[in-house]
Amino acid sequence: MSDATLHAPAVSADTPSRRPPITVVGPVAWARASLFSSWLSTAVTLALAYLLARWIIGFVDWAFINAIWSVPVNAQGAQTQACRALQGAGACWAVITEKHRFILFGTYPYDEHWRPLVCVFLFIGLYIVSAMRRFWRKELALIWAGVLFLIGFLMWGGALGMPYVPQERWGGLVITLILSTFGIAFAFPLAVLVALGRRSRMPAIKMLCVVYVELIRGVPLISLLFMASVMFPLFLPEGMNIDKLLRAQVAIILFAAAYLAEVVRGGLQALSRGQYEAADALGLSYWQKTLFIILPQALRLVIPPLVNTFIGMFKDTSLVLIIGIFDLLTAGKTAIVEPAWQGFGIEVYVFVGIIYFIFCFAMSRYSQGLERGLNQHRVR
Amino acid sequence: MSDTAADPRLLRAPPKRGLRLSWADERFRAIIWQVLIVGVVAGVIWWLVGNTRHNLEVRRIATGFGFLTREAGLPIAESLVPYTPASTYARALLVGVLNTLKVAVIGVVLATVLGTLIGIARLSKNWLLSRIAATYIEVIRDLPLLLQLLFWYTLMQTLPGPRQAMHPVEGVFLSNRGLRLPWIQWEDAHSFALLGMVVGIIAAVVYGRSARAKQMQDGQPRKIWPAAVGLIVGLPLVIWAAWGAPFQGDIPALRGFNFQGGMSISPEYFALLAGLVTYTAGFIAEIVRAGIQAVPGGQWEASEALGLQRGKIMRLVVLPQALRVIIPPMTSQYLNLTKNSSLAVAIGYQDIVSIANTTLNQTGQAIEGIAIIMGVYLTISLSISLFMNWYNSRIALVER
Repeated sequence: MSDATLHAPAVSADTPSRRPPITVVGPVAWARASLFSSWLSTAVTLALAYLLARWIIGFVDWAFINAIWSVPVNAQGAQTQACRALQGAGACWAVITEKHRFILFGTYPYDEHWRPLVCVFLFIGLYIVSAMRRFWRKELALIWAGVLFLIGFLMWGGALGMPYVPQERWGGLVITLILSTFGIAFAFPLAVLVALGRRSRMPAIKMLCVVYVELIRGVPLISLLFMASVMFPLFLPEGMNIDKLLRAQVAIILFAAAYLAEVVRGGLQALSRGQYEAADALGLSYWQKTLFIILPQALRLVIPPLVNTFIGMFKDTSLVLIIGIFDLLTAGKTAIVEPAWQGFGIEVYVFVGIIYFIFCFAMSRYSQGLERGLNQHRVR
Repeated sequence: MSDTAADPRLLRAPPKRGLRLSWADERFRAIIWQVLIVGVVAGVIWWLVGNTRHNLEVRRIATGFGFLTREAGLPIAESLVPYTPASTYARALLVGVLNTLKVAVIGVVLATVLGTLIGIARLSKNWLLSRIAATYIEVIRDLPLLLQLLFWYTLMQTLPGPRQAMHPVEGVFLSNRGLRLPWIQWEDAHSFALLGMVVGIIAAVVYGRSARAKQMQDGQPRKIWPAAVGLIVGLPLVIWAAWGAPFQGDIPALRGFNFQGGMSISPEYFALLAGLVTYTAGFIAEIVRAGIQAVPGGQWEASEALGLQRGKIMRLVVLPQALRVIIPPMTSQYLNLTKNSSLAVAIGYQDIVSIANTTLNQTGQAIEGIAIIMGVYLTISLSISLFMNWYNSRIALVER
């Protein structure tokens, strides 16, 4: 080494700044820190990577490489010998190719399937509009009423050249959406009333609400659905009869309302006392205070848990299978009753599961985003 | 609370006013509203009861619980107590309740273990482990439980028959007839040894308390574990040896078309338990994660500064604080698991819902059947919430 280099400035102004070593930043450093930080972590990573790779290869083999997408159909019905010859080595997606219309629309007349399809899109549109914060205003209730009316009109038909379709023939995805959407639309106002009642100073009303909520929350939904299907007809005067779907809908509304009421009550309790006192000091009446001061703030506080309850309710509508109502899951289960398709349950449940997952995952992501958005003012 | 009580201005009672019979008086309005609403509710109930009594009379449906002592005549595949189709309905319902409890108790234990493991895995510094746990939680929580149960049940049915059963370890067989595990020939000595273990656990707890009380007095830490191991493990072993140490393995083996011997777990029970445990574990994992994250990092650092070991920090500092956050939502998960076990009816496991449903179909007494289902679940739910509330108040923060 010469003296010249020793005395030269170590970094001159025009020397490009060097990057940090790759062991500190970049993918290698990331892998070191988060995958191979210790011998235990390395062992876990390698073991998991091996298992994951094996599982993915097995799954791809089953679902895509060895899968059969369609089978010949003749006068005797579907010829599923090719699928059976696989003996579980590959998926028989032919059951979906053949039965997807049945799973999605149930026994609705084949030529009229566009009507439930339009309804499904109307429902999805309604959810998207309701999810956007710029539409959170009073007019939203009108949009809901309008769209639900339109859906009822499309499903029943009987006018404008659409033949009448009785309720017994409805089925599939649209029933799941009807049960959950109408369930929430009616359960929500009821839940708000019950939550207010539970915090009321009037002892009789408070007791009624407490008994209702605790009773419903203490029993499984199945017992309420059984009640709706076998006990409810005994409650009504002779000759009066209510459709099975409507009875299940009532049971779901009563069930959902009890759970939603507890969520709303959480919001009412979380609101500071000052808000109640300030509203009283302004001389507002009880309903003015509740509608203009308390509820807007309390409901805002509990939107994320409300969406979580909605997800739960959406999943719980599948329980109507047990009392024989034709929702998405029941349609899927019925599709494989036919002898030709028996034994291909896994494929059908995967298909039905993907549909449920899309709806629930969207809601869950939305709820997480909302939680961040609504807590923005608290983040420092 | 004590501050307000001490404030003399607040001790003064509000001026007493007589009740005015006018709409302007708040108390009068409250009375009118309550009378009105209770009246409407009572009226509706009266109307429904009237209709029901009329309908029952017209349809000639018997009422009352007299059917409980009649012969049930319904076959039940698995039962914890002796049962034949000649037994009474009351006995059949008891079998149903026990089957529900069998799923609920074992399900709660397994779901807690699995959920805690996944919740900790979710917080792991290992990216792969944490992502896999997160994916599991997201997927399992976004699918209906009933779908998952049907999936598990279908999976059980597509397993090979007994002759080609999956046979991972000696004595374990997994086939479409369920799971067979090796077990031991149960004898009196085992029962006594089990009893000895219960006594040993109680004695160890008592000993631990007295040791801690002494430590509080003289400050000398005492080792508890040698005595505890001696009492919990040693005592049953001594009793077992005193009875001649019988040990006869009961290994399942294929005889003809089915297995003989060993412990048998039916495909229905296996599917139900697997579905309930994996589903509830997804929710418990999120609760455990939130609970651990709720303990500020400063607590770890402060404990380390005090010179505590990692295990002691977890046990003495972090866990007691995390449990306070974890217990209330965990209670509702336990209640959910118990109530969700009613979905057994969809895959043919004979729990209380399934048996009460068959009973009401056979006798036609719908009201009594559903009342029994609701009564059983209300009792179980109330017992769990009472126990968990007691436990919660025990570990709750004691505020001055």
